Amino acid sequence: MVTVLLLGAGAYYLVYRPLDEQGQFSMELWGPLIDPGNEVFSLVWARLRDGFVATFIAAALAIVSSLVFGTGLAVLRIQLKSLNKRRFTGLIAPLAVALRGLSWLLTIVSRLFVEIFRGLPVVITIFFVASALPELGVDLGDILWYLVIGLTLYNMVVIGEILRSGMEGLPGGQREAAEAMGLSPFQTTRMILLPQAFRIMLPALISQLVVVLKDTSLGFIISYEEVLRVSGQIIQALPEPNPIQVYAVVGVIYIAVNYALSKLAEYTQRRLARGRKTAGLPPEKPPAAITAEAETALN
Amino acid sequence: MRVLVDHFDVFAGGLWLTFQLCLLSAIGALLLGTVAAVMRISPIPPMRWVGAAYVTVFRNCPLTIVFFFAAFGLPALGSNGDFLRIPGLTTIFSRLGVDIPYFRFAIIALSVYTGAFVCEAIRSGINAVPAGQAEAARAIGLTFTQNLRFVVLPQAWKAAIVPLGSVIIAMIKNSALAGFFGLVGELSNSGVNLTSALGEPIIPVFIGVSIGFLIMTVPLGLLIDHVERRRAVAR
Repeated sequence: MVTVLLLGAGAYYLVYRPLDEQGQFSMELWGPLIDPGNEVFSLVWARLRDGFVATFIAAALAIVSSLVFGTGLAVLRIQLKSLNKRRFTGLIAPLAVALRGLSWLLTIVSRLFVEIFRGLPVVITIFFVASALPELGVDLGDILWYLVIGLTLYNMVVIGEILRSGMEGLPGGQREAAEAMGLSPFQTTRMILLPQAFRIMLPALISQLVVVLKDTSLGFIISYEEVLRVSGQIIQALPEPNPIQVYAVVGVIYIAVNYALSKLAEYTQRRLARGRKTAGLPPEKPPAAITAEAETALN
Repeated sequence: MRVLVDHFDVFAGGLWLTFQLCLLSAIGALLLGTVAAVMRISPIPPMRWVGAAYVTVFRNCPLTIVFFFAAFGLPALGSNGDFLRIPGLTTIFSRLGVDIPYFRFAIIALSVYTGAFVCEAIRSGINAVPAGQAEAARAIGLTFTQNLRFVVLPQAWKAAIVPLGSVIIAMIKNSALAGFFGLVGELSNSGVNLTSALGEPIIPVFIGVSIGFLIMTVPLGLLIDHVERRRAVAR
């Protein structure tokens, strides 16, 4: 009871009072956002809707391309790992050396690529993609593509690593059984390892979607017309600038969408955990003789 | 590549300021996150609600919006972040004491945002402590605070260290955003300035800024991998 009062009093004196004194709760500031009778209400919301549509388009494109390229990266790194063990004994010596050198080089390059783009801030990647590509003579026309490329560079590496660790975490028997059936290493990865890794890693992939959605907001730096930039324009266009109110509304929508997504991730995780448990239900009891032997050995 | 040599002082200064920002924000985030984690497991329901609300809000809100609120909302609340002008600290971190408040705003935004993730990392550590530990501590008559201080938190800390490390790495990367919210002289801000204001070639500047961030993130990442592997062997 005391804590409730304390928290209430703290919120009142530290947040409500100063905001109220500055007139932040007045209808002039909130009206355009919450009062349907206000003359700019529909205009403001139409712009906000455009902004959110732009945000979702960028996020959707980024997540799809990150999935595609990330899967490619994971498969490449897994293949290179098994390729590095091969000696190419059937081939003539110089060719074998050259092939081994090539696979070794590719391993280093892919490793460097992963370490660099995983360690760089997304803001920096997006900003420099948007300013360096036009300078190099690559003009993509729409700013959207620079944002998508920047987001993809970071997220494909993260997704690639998620999938790779998923594939390497699978029981070794999966790969061995596939190879014993005569599948080539690439077939093994494509038909046996990758589908299982996707399944196990589904919750982590959905959480990554939340990250992408949040990072799309960085598009305002390269002046992509996503929801935060649109909010900035709305604030400037209104006769009474109301940054706090507009950003609060945008924040609430963001939180609602992302909260739903993270709940979905949790739900998938629970479902998958349950599925695995029932699948492995028949408990393998070791023959009585062995357990008896083990017990005597322990004693 | 000349720009890296000519403007070495700019890059070095940017790295130093980013490092200060990260250090102070990490301390702030660890404090806030621990308090929030304790609130989330406290026996008083309203405390748990506040902790859960804090985590939900800041984990699902883009950092950009948090920065907007720090840079525009705090002045509206009549605050310049002056409570961060702690007498001893301002002599070491000179930016804390200056009148332009953006360094303090950046610290507040980063700490509050990262605090939510720190809270989740610590909570996962607390969940890893067997329930019998806390029950036994209660049974021998320790209070809730004593229980946390002497039994639960010291053990949770060990399990939480790897997730905490990745949270801190993410925070270092997020600190780049501060340069776009008025923090002059920070690493990403210097990079943008060199290219747009001074017209330096983009690729070398990009490489310089990248090296600055990679110096901080890659060794930390390797350290965490190392700790994780040793943990795995020990189990």
